[in-house]
Amino acid sequence: MADTRQSTVGIVLLYPNLLGTYGDGGNAHVLLQRLRWRGIDAELVTVDAGDPVPDSGDLYLFGGGEDGPQTEAARALNESRAVHRAVERGATVFAVCAGLQIVGTTFADKTGQPVAGLGLLDCQTVKTDEPRAVGELLVDPGPEWPGLGRLTGFENHGGRTRLGPDAASLGPVTAGVGNGWGVEGVLPAHRSAGTGTVLGTYLHGPALARNPRLADLLLGWVLDIDPADLAPLDDADHEAELLRRERFRAVEAGHLDGVATRTMKDRLLRRN
Amino acid sequence: MTGAPTPHPHDHPHDSTHLPLRSRAAIVAGKTVAGASKIANLGSGSVIGGRVSLALDGDLLATLTRDREVAIVSATNGKTTTTHLLATALERHGPVVSNSLGANMPPGIVAALGEADPAARAVLEVDERWVKTVLQATGPATVLLLNLSRDQLDRSHEVRKIADDWRALLGSTPTRRVIANADDPLIVWSAEVAPEVTWVGTAAHWTNDASGCPACGGRITFSEVDPSAPDGPSTWHCTQCDFTKPDPDWWLTKSADGRDVVERKDGPPVVLDLALPGRVNAANAAMVLAAAESMGADVERVNAALSTVTDVAGRYKVATIEDTQVRMLLAKNPAGWQEAIDMLAPSPQPVVASINARIADGRDPSWLWDVPFERLQGRFVVTLGERRHDLAVRLRYAEVDHEIAASLAEGVRLASERSGTGKVDLIANYTAFQDYLVEVDPVTADAIEPGGAAHG
Repeated sequence: MADTRQSTVGIVLLYPNLLGTYGDGGNAHVLLQRLRWRGIDAELVTVDAGDPVPDSGDLYLFGGGEDGPQTEAARALNESRAVHRAVERGATVFAVCAGLQIVGTTFADKTGQPVAGLGLLDCQTVKTDEPRAVGELLVDPGPEWPGLGRLTGFENHGGRTRLGPDAASLGPVTAGVGNGWGVEGVLPAHRSAGTGTVLGTYLHGPALARNPRLADLLLGWVLDIDPADLAPLDDADHEAELLRRERFRAVEAGHLDGVATRTMKDRLLRRN
Repeated sequence: MTGAPTPHPHDHPHDSTHLPLRSRAAIVAGKTVAGASKIANLGSGSVIGGRVSLALDGDLLATLTRDREVAIVSATNGKTTTTHLLATALERHGPVVSNSLGANMPPGIVAALGEADPAARAVLEVDERWVKTVLQATGPATVLLLNLSRDQLDRSHEVRKIADDWRALLGSTPTRRVIANADDPLIVWSAEVAPEVTWVGTAAHWTNDASGCPACGGRITFSEVDPSAPDGPSTWHCTQCDFTKPDPDWWLTKSADGRDVVERKDGPPVVLDLALPGRVNAANAAMVLAAAESMGADVERVNAALSTVTDVAGRYKVATIEDTQVRMLLAKNPAGWQEAIDMLAPSPQPVVASINARIADGRDPSWLWDVPFERLQGRFVVTLGERRHDLAVRLRYAEVDHEIAASLAEGVRLASERSGTGKVDLIANYTAFQDYLVEVDPVTADAIEPGGAAHG
């Protein structure tokens, strides 16, 4: 999107009062700092429910939320169509959990009835008989994502997201559930020239704090450069690497629910 | 009974012979299991014992409270402290029984009541999800509702659902009186349907979890009544419907010389003299003053009693570790961390901050990104706990100078080296705090039920 790129990167955080339940607003913070530390001007616009949505942003962020607010967010954004216009213009979208479900074609509401999503990704989220997916999520992206590395996060969702023919996943799930059907993440199967890229995931943590290379992948799309050409951020990424290794070890030790130790007392009193 | 305490029969403080045989048998069975549990080193055992008692007599809670005056305290944050403050205040006027060490679900409550003086008033900390069960069992009680905010992300623990459940409960179940925080819209939504409500203005600052109107889904805006006095009363209203802050009967404000003062419609102002730190504890004290007065206590005697409380279940305690004075603060969620940051000694005093993510903490610490850690810029922070790396990354992006430590002793040593005063503040979340309490104050730690309170 080099033709529309302006001197300041505009990041739009959508509806944190509806979709801010799981700390995903941290993704905005991570992206802003990674731009500023590299000397690139960036501006964050926070849009609360009821406020007009700008269509001039470079990067739109959605987070996770509860069922009712999710339905309300989808309704308002389909009415405004500002995000649709921005994507047609080349803007990037990063959508987590309820956000992923919203940017798909349909999702199930509280009662299981389908609700129209934004249709920016070819995927449908449905209710199944499977239990709610809650715990550590580990993904090994496919060979088409060199340099992205393992993705780590925490998932917490009831729905399962089925990909249509125009969508692809980020890769197979090594631990946890992800979309369901053994894969995690949704993005277009083919990036069309002139339009922006929409990426959805179930990774909380926040995702971009735990996976700095995923943050740089998004920034590469926004800035229209190879992420490998972005200036390295050694101090921050060393600390993130310590966190990542600690999480990988926890998952390998079988602590999928994030519990490092469980004493006999915890087990006995667990139902409290 | 203003002023003069009502005499209570005190002959047999631990005698349960007034109870039906089945209830007595249930309590005895519970105590036996509690003893076995304690011997097996499973904590104080009162929760397990209480669970056995409840299984034997499902009406036990009703039986144990039938002839008592009862106060119920619930909230996301501040339950344990407020329960302890109210119990301390009412003790000046007669015997009180309380579960004030945090075992806040029916088994823990039954365990506390089962051993009590039959005439003692009950001051009960109750987990948010158990208010209905407890209120229906106790009959009309004085109910204190402090605040509701996000806690334990992985439990799909929906704050708004609790507010809706409380509203349905208080609209249909008799209460003696509800004492409610007028500055939390979710609390007002819960309480406004009750027939008798005392509204308390607490000048609360955490508004991030209440910006959607519970009545219409619109947006709630918050503002200071007097913008030049940020510690003064604040107000709020929905921009789309007529849901607005009720006119408070009691409200927290500051005097010209910076002291916390509780004003009221019907009486002279009360100048607080708390040993507990923080604006949030002044707010808790305002709630307690209103509640205790409605229960017949004398306001000035209550105020004097509140000033004697220095720590609650280890919270606010000053421990000596590695020759350093360490003040221990508990914070479990974004609202609690905001309050704890307000309580810190002035910058640049170093801070040791500890995060776990066990079941009782909530297994997803993503909420760290909703805490305004940027406010710690200019201080040195040591990160501790099983999720110290999550906190370190958060502090990196907040541009706060920090180091990672592996143990409490190492963390205190690192912080102490940067402290010119030999003092540091420790903020820890639930299980991290309990672990440190075991190290520095095993007696208090042993009296607390780790599994008894999901939060406190």
